[in-house]
Amino acid sequence: MPGPTITISVYDDDTQLLVGLRRHDPDACTCMVKRFAPLVFARALRLVGDADEAEGVLQTTFIKACNAIDSFDGASGLGTWIYRIATNEGLMLLRARRQSLALDDVAETLQPGDLPDSRVAWPEDPLRSTLDSELRGQIEAAIAGLPEGLRLVVMLRDVEGLNTEETAAQLGLSPGAVKVRLHRARMRLRESLAGYMARPEEIDDAEAAR
Amino acid sequence: MPKLHANLPPCYDLARQLSAYLDGELPADLCHDLEAHLGGCPDCRVVLDTLGRTVQIVHALSDTPVSLPADVEARLLSRLTGA
Ligand SMILES: [Zn+2]
Repeated sequence: MPGPTITISVYDDDTQLLVGLRRHDPDACTCMVKRFAPLVFARALRLVGDADEAEGVLQTTFIKACNAIDSFDGASGLGTWIYRIATNEGLMLLRARRQSLALDDVAETLQPGDLPDSRVAWPEDPLRSTLDSELRGQIEAAIAGLPEGLRLVVMLRDVEGLNTEETAAQLGLSPGAVKVRLHRARMRLRESLAGYMARPEEIDDAEAAR
Repeated sequence: MPKLHANLPPCYDLARQLSAYLDGELPADLCHDLEAHLGGCPDCRVVLDTLGRTVQIVHALSDTPVSLPADVEARLLSRLTGA
């Protein structure tokens, strides 16, 4: 095998990694996978909702990223660029699966059920301020339980970090519709988390003592 | 338990602005109305606070480390390296 063997630790920042990728160094490819594949897979899974299809999105994303690495201009971070490719691939797969995205499954006006139901404050609990595995499970389940027309909007806006106009363009919605859907999605997630987040700590302690 | 704000019409109109308010996308006049209302409505303050915390939790998903199943990683690497 030609060329020196470069250890993966060489690529400890994305700039170095990009140089390695442009040299088509196999270790750089491995490093890119180690660094970005877990989040690409998690995001793809949330978008398409199926592990096999998410793996397909993951593979296509990295194949496309490797092929297009010479045209990546570095304007955004390498991760941001890869995540955008993954989002496009995920949405493309959803469209192909059903001819169109299932965006019509929700009304674009505020429904009575969207009014805040829970008014219980959430205690400031340092243990719950970080996204530990339990809270992560709660929010992942809540997102998975949203209708697709709300799930995709909250995914693109609040997880992928697209702005209102970018989200509208991706989904073929008006910016106003994106805002209404985002609000409804967030309010539903809030209600879903309320039972967990508002639970007083004493109950946890009592349960733990049992 | 009665629905929150059932008898409070201002809350109904203002509650649907909370998300745009959190994003800084609410026009100045609505922003002013909402803040005036929040000053006197503990229920809406709780909803605003908990909605903001919800958004933070969702945001945190974007960069929280997750583990990739080993077989998924192995298949990806073998496809990329053409092995
Ligand atoms: Zn109110």
